Amino acid sequence: MTATTYAKKAFLALGLPLILLAAWWIASAGSTNPFWPSLQTILQTFPETWTPERLAADLVPSLARLGIGFSLAVVGGIVGGTAIGLSPTLRALSEPVLEFFRAVPPPVLVPIIALFAGYTGWLGKIVTIALGCLWPILLNTVEGVRGLEPTLTDTAKSYRLSWWRRLLFVVLPGASPRIFTGARQALSIGVILMVISELFGANRGLGASIVQFQRSFAIPQMWTGIILLGLIGVLLAAIFKVVETRMLAWYMGQRQIERGE
Amino acid sequence: MSPTQATLAPPTPSGAATRKPRRSRKGRPALLGIAGVAIVLVGAELLSRTGIVNPDFLPPVTEMYATLFRLLGEGEFWHSLVLTVRGWAIGLAAAMALGIAAGFVIGSFPFLRAFTSSTIEFLRPIPSVALIPLVVLLWGTQPQSAFVLVVYAAFWQVLVQVLYGVADVDPVARDTARSYQFGPLRIARSVIYPTALPYIMTAFRLAAAVALILEITAELVIGVPGLGRDIGIAQSSGNVPETYALVIVVGLIGVAVNLFARFAEKKMLWWHPSIRSEHS
Repeated sequence: MTATTYAKKAFLALGLPLILLAAWWIASAGSTNPFWPSLQTILQTFPETWTPERLAADLVPSLARLGIGFSLAVVGGIVGGTAIGLSPTLRALSEPVLEFFRAVPPPVLVPIIALFAGYTGWLGKIVTIALGCLWPILLNTVEGVRGLEPTLTDTAKSYRLSWWRRLLFVVLPGASPRIFTGARQALSIGVILMVISELFGANRGLGASIVQFQRSFAIPQMWTGIILLGLIGVLLAAIFKVVETRMLAWYMGQRQIERGE
Repeated sequence: MSPTQATLAPPTPSGAATRKPRRSRKGRPALLGIAGVAIVLVGAELLSRTGIVNPDFLPPVTEMYATLFRLLGEGEFWHSLVLTVRGWAIGLAAAMALGIAAGFVIGSFPFLRAFTSSTIEFLRPIPSVALIPLVVLLWGTQPQSAFVLVVYAAFWQVLVQVLYGVADVDPVARDTARSYQFGPLRIARSVIYPTALPYIMTAFRLAAAVALILEITAELVIGVPGLGRDIGIAQSSGNVPETYALVIVVGLIGVAVNLFARFAEKKMLWWHPSIRSEHS
């Protein structure tokens, strides 16, 4: 690649974000409206608000709960989804029930789980995140397993691959593009639930501290929290994309060839 | 038919039909589905009645439904229901309109698409709940709070799908239209729109579900009037059966939203191969 193409790429990628940031900076400069502090103030507040101690006390537990809940949902969703996807009887049996549970907006789980586990500890929050993330992964796994090409499964059977080998080398890889689709949806739901689960009861955590800032009218601090939360969403999406590209490289290459690129 | 016979017999074009009688298969999934629902309902009832799960946390299903039917006779319940559905519908409509308009404009110009893609990739994963403190400051518990969250969350779903849709346009079809001297509006209507329509319907399905989640979240967390707020009130006042009854209602609204989106997809895309192949 020549220098000009690099410059062009950099301009396309950074141009609009810089324009928007500059616009925000100029529009908010010298702002006296307490709700819209200047970007300068917000950026100055950022390091004093999010000190390493605060990050360790608020951010790390939030992310840990998200990680545990999401992982539980991935395992449960793949196991349950594969079982349901492979068995037509089980699928017919569970379809209307799943249809209902998937349609329940995950945040209403919070009051229900609060009844069982209380909402001060980690347990209730992790269960909320895990249950909310479960349905997209489960349902996409079912679809992925169902949509396997019959030629593939029949070939594997003809070669007398044992049941678990078929599962490991044919069924799961075949369903993996759909599993990743489900996991991506689940991750964004997980982030939402991570925040919401901290808004109930007396709590610590990222979501809890942002609302705390808002209630005490510490507006620049609140803005730094919003920005931090946004950055976390972006960062998690980026990590997910890297993992997906690595694990689905074979599939993406295949698609590219099919499309004749 | 045993496996050996199957291999010896000449291959028949409709092998599946000969192996299993068709009639008994048709009604079976529906019956099994009903059985599945019954198992869950009876199971939950028994768990509660026998005290395996504390009935204070999980009241018997019959009690939940009794509460549900009592709610159906109350004006307040219907008022909340209307507020929730209205907030959902208005937010969804705004997000669809904005997303489709922006998607068509950005998607039609390669420069705009390249220029905005990094910004879209950055803004899209920002969780809309991050805006909760801000909308609380600006509008408190007014419906505008929910509106902003719903539109922000649903907009990106629509925009990204519409961009995919516009990008999917067959270059040959577009060039053909150009050779025939179609104007930009006519190209948009007869070439881009039919290609993008399946993506728009997918966007509608995804956005409808997300919009409901955010509407309920805003009601539950911020206190915007609606069913979500009623759930929060029922739970904090210790009215457990009503909490469950309202959650069931919200779930049923979700089911209705999904069914409606799928129905709309079929109606709008009756001509599309993906829908037609389901019938043949």
